[in-house]
Amino acid sequence: MKPLDRKWVWFWSVLLLVGLLVLPFLVKNYRVFQFNLVLVYAIAILGLNILTGFNGQISLGHGAFYAFGAYTAAILMDKLGVPYWATLPAAFVVCFCFGFLVGFPALRLAGHYLALATFALALAVPQLLKYKGIEGMTGGVQGLVLTKPEPPFSFRFLDQPLSADRWLYFFSLAVAGLMFLLAWNLLRGRVGRALIAVRDHPIAATAMGINLPVFKSMTFGVSAGITGLAGALGAIVVAFVSPDSFTVNLSIFLLVGVVVGGLASIPGAIFGGIFIQFVPNIADEISKSAPAAIYGLLLIGFMYLLPMGVMGGVYKFWMRMRTKTAG
Amino acid sequence: MRLNTFTLAIATLAALAISSSALAQKKYDTGATDKEIKIGGISPYSGPASAYGAIGKAISAYFAKINEEGGINGRKLNFISLDDGYNPAKTVEQARKLVEEDEVLFIFNTLGTPPNSAIHKYMNGKKTPHLFVATGATKWGDPKNFPWTMGWQPNYQSESKVFAGHIMETKPNAKIAILYQNDDYGKDYLKGFEDGLGDKAKTMIVSKISYEVTDPTIDSQMVSLKGTGADTFFNITTPKFAAQAIKKAAELGWKPTHYLNSVSASVGAVMIPAGVENGVGIFTASYLKDPTDPQFQKGKEWDDWLAWMKKYQPNGDIKDANNVYGYTAAQGLVQVLKQAGDNLTRENIMKQAASLDMTLPMLLPGVNVKTGPDDFFPIEREQLAKFDGKTWVLFGKVYGR
Repeated sequence: MKPLDRKWVWFWSVLLLVGLLVLPFLVKNYRVFQFNLVLVYAIAILGLNILTGFNGQISLGHGAFYAFGAYTAAILMDKLGVPYWATLPAAFVVCFCFGFLVGFPALRLAGHYLALATFALALAVPQLLKYKGIEGMTGGVQGLVLTKPEPPFSFRFLDQPLSADRWLYFFSLAVAGLMFLLAWNLLRGRVGRALIAVRDHPIAATAMGINLPVFKSMTFGVSAGITGLAGALGAIVVAFVSPDSFTVNLSIFLLVGVVVGGLASIPGAIFGGIFIQFVPNIADEISKSAPAAIYGLLLIGFMYLLPMGVMGGVYKFWMRMRTKTAG
Repeated sequence: MRLNTFTLAIATLAALAISSSALAQKKYDTGATDKEIKIGGISPYSGPASAYGAIGKAISAYFAKINEEGGINGRKLNFISLDDGYNPAKTVEQARKLVEEDEVLFIFNTLGTPPNSAIHKYMNGKKTPHLFVATGATKWGDPKNFPWTMGWQPNYQSESKVFAGHIMETKPNAKIAILYQNDDYGKDYLKGFEDGLGDKAKTMIVSKISYEVTDPTIDSQMVSLKGTGADTFFNITTPKFAAQAIKKAAELGWKPTHYLNSVSASVGAVMIPAGVENGVGIFTASYLKDPTDPQFQKGKEWDDWLAWMKKYQPNGDIKDANNVYGYTAAQGLVQVLKQAGDNLTRENIMKQAASLDMTLPMLLPGVNVKTGPDDFFPIEREQLAKFDGKTWVLFGKVYGR
């Protein structure tokens, strides 16, 4: 079995990087905006994957953390004039606390019951955000309109200017890269192994000395924090938040993204993001009257062809290629 | 050859002809070509305000008629109308799509105060006309700060002031209960009403209760309002909830003097579902000819409208005032485009929209469309009407500038 030639790995990685950097100048602004959303969803899915894929705690309520992150960013930017990049760490901290507070009582719940409890949270969020008492801050049902940050410098490349959307593309790419790196670092060490141990056999994990309550709550917190950070980035990219932007559908779509990308897979989050951003648009184009039905069909087809998600399929394909060369 | 005067004359005329055609050059912004004008629209075809989807359909049907008759100045109207379900987040998405992906010249008659509020800054930032929005909120008539947005229908605050004035005249000691939608549309009507009552607002208004447009019913709010013992009711609701309110009031046996906002004064969409016998005696303000009013069901204007309905919307509801609204708004736009001629830049579209002075066939007699560089409220006049079980019977004078 030939190991992968390092030269080729470097070559393809550099090519991929160059491709990613040039991409926004090859397409129109609207497409770049859609790519930004793919990156935002990828980060959110990464957060959920850490909890559900690696730690086995099913959450149908991550849309709630996304919403809290988005509103944190919106309120900080709109009411307090905080610069947009500073809202991201703030959103992480706020959602980490929320996640921890949700994760702690959730220790008593397992499997389906946790799913139901988080589902209830997701359902409640739009109503909570419309609550009259905090309307002054949240803008009520009309939400908050934000101004998109302008790029700090301007240039033209391939005859396209560095517009606000393209600047945000690079910003989101950097943030996504950072989050993926941090997650990879976190999960490949002791912590990652502990998370998987807790998922697969919690009693054995406790016997090995892993502090179950602390670990599970912290995981909930970190997962919520990352999804909240994605929410804040999403608010900046879309430049608008309203309670009805964050219905229970968002939570379900995030879970779809996790499964489609591949459970317990970090790169899978990108594919999950691509799926949940573009497939509804494709379904819309195929049928104007029943786009949800088409979306359902596409999803079922996907699950049938790639039951372990995209990364699972890639892994199987890779294994098949390697056994071929061995034989 | 000697240059004689004849040759000189011909040469001069030729030179003039060439230069004048250079002067009359066509000017286009994105979305306009020699053959078509791309227009964007966003309507609630689904969701809690889907009764208003009829307006979007009516506009498409009217443009179909214009296209069949040759278009405007030889250009066909390509109306791309998307659904937002009255959800402001979706409106933002659709507006971006129309402006940046479909590259329309402008957007027209986007419906709803919350949806339009969500895209207000965006449209002005993109310097794309946000024309004849289908909402009467006062904020759309602000050319200084938002030069690319223009309203269409009578603004809500002046309408409420007309109602308040009527109450002060006829029932100065009324106890008023108010039901309003909890968004900028409801609050705009409410503000105008309270301003219209002035100092007496505090004593006259015994209760004001709100509801969310995403609520399934407003039954509990109606029960609370009846419980206050009010004898006058100001109903600030969109069609679905207006019908519920009228029906519930009748079920509860509550018969206040009932004022209904004009946005829900459609016989087909509201009064009939609510039960026409329950709606007798309700007041509203009108600026369009109601299609159920026998006094308007004759004459050239009616024949034209009816013929258009039969040919282009054979399944449309003839009793639904939304079909008159869409027809009239579309006619307003056609006039703007005719005035723009071959200069189809976004700036010129706004300029022509701000230079209107006309009447349209289905507006009430006495109501006109007038705009100016400082006046971004095209229709400002209204007349009070009372429901008699079959139609809205007009009375009194025409209010407004």
